[in-house]
Amino acid sequence: MTDRIELPISGATFGTDLSFVELVRRQRPEALPPTAAGGGAIEMPHGTTVLGLRFADGIVMAGDRRATAGYLVADPKMQKVFAADDFSAIAIAGAAGQAVETVRLFQLELEHYEKLTGDRLSLEGKANRLAQMIRANFPLALQGLVVVPLFGGFDEAKNEGRLFFYDATGGRWEEQDYQATGSGAQSAKNSLKKTWRPGLDHATAVRVAVEALIDAAEDDVATGGPDLVRGILPNVLTVNAQGATEAGDEEVRGAVTAVLEARS
Amino acid sequence: MSFMPYVSPDQLMKDRSEYAHKGIARGRSVIGIEFRDGLLFIAENPSATLHKISEIYDRIAFAGVGKYSEFEDLRIAGIRLADFRGYSYGREDVKARDLANAYSQALSTIFTQQMKPYEVEILVGEVDGEVEGTSIYHVLFDGSVTDEHGFVAIGGHADDLTENLKQRYGEGWDLETAVRSAAEVLGSPDPRTIEASQIEAGVLDRTQKRRRKFRRLADQELESILAG
Repeated sequence: MTDRIELPISGATFGTDLSFVELVRRQRPEALPPTAAGGGAIEMPHGTTVLGLRFADGIVMAGDRRATAGYLVADPKMQKVFAADDFSAIAIAGAAGQAVETVRLFQLELEHYEKLTGDRLSLEGKANRLAQMIRANFPLALQGLVVVPLFGGFDEAKNEGRLFFYDATGGRWEEQDYQATGSGAQSAKNSLKKTWRPGLDHATAVRVAVEALIDAAEDDVATGGPDLVRGILPNVLTVNAQGATEAGDEEVRGAVTAVLEARS
Repeated sequence: MSFMPYVSPDQLMKDRSEYAHKGIARGRSVIGIEFRDGLLFIAENPSATLHKISEIYDRIAFAGVGKYSEFEDLRIAGIRLADFRGYSYGREDVKARDLANAYSQALSTIFTQQMKPYEVEILVGEVDGEVEGTSIYHVLFDGSVTDEHGFVAIGGHADDLTENLKQRYGEGWDLETAVRSAAEVLGSPDPRTIEASQIEAGVLDRTQKRRRKFRRLADQELESILAG
């Protein structure tokens, strides 16, 4: 997809192509992640449960740290929640390699646009652009390399946090409350159904997010629970009017301890 | 069959050079100054949206004078090259020197092979680690490059401005002093005082914690600096 249409004015094309992905596709297509592969499915690391929820000032996104390959733990410390730019975040579940590369390209896509035009894309614009990038991955999704992200951020025009959910075809839905994706998503959603309330404060939002991940880890072998001994804690990212900030170890550890103590 | 009259290469280059000089002299100037925390690009620009100064990459900024469409072309090409290099290799592998070389080659080719040269002069600045890591490259319309130290002025009254800067410039200025001095120097040839709303400024601030060191100075910030 290029955003430049063929509209020559005395021989020159009209408009500047603002897409980084399109630039790479023109210049060096082999540098992009493959969009189709022949042959059968192969065993690849998969990232598991991520979730996002809205709270009073914006959104919170969180993810467990486990990547699995079949019955093996491929990586106990994978990062699945990322800041996409200063005011948005993306969380990924699915084929790990493909997903991480999609995030990297998406981050560059947003930065490239911002530098060329001098303006940030609107949150709606970012959400749509991500849908197109996921759609381009659809042939691979049919072969098992599914990438399903959550995307959210602070809408500076509407002055509120917004959350978007995607499927493998690039379908996009806006969520009003919370959403989870990945193998433990069902348990996480069941948990959030009980704990989430409109207008949560930030500390509670972090706590219910962490609690939902703990619930998912209890029911789903592919989701890694927090490991206080080795210091493997969920990634938690907040986006509000001040921007995107990753929660520190102390804050997450506090939330995890509070949830576990309440259950003991 | 058409015949081109013979023009000696000497004359051809001289004509093109004069043409480019005239185009650049019509426009306003940009000043680049090293200050304590990094690099300041500052210009008189009545438009708040058509920029002369821009971010290229994490530690690299761009400034152009002359014909807008032409330095805008160069700016976009620079961002594309930098983002592409950073994606193919690593973010720290994108260097202002490589970018200045790329600009130099492109402008030199245009100067010798196209009907008309680009009527532009550009600055590519970079901050890296400590004070010694700061560099400013000045690229002319014919592709010649110079490595500047401390301060540089390009565009309309470049010579007067450089002379003025030479007398005032002090190493280790803070941002406020650099902005105030540069604003005075920009208005000096006429002489007049330039309003904050007529000034465009961007800094590469090496003390900034973010990965992207470039920051535009907003009108309010400029106002309070110039008033102070």
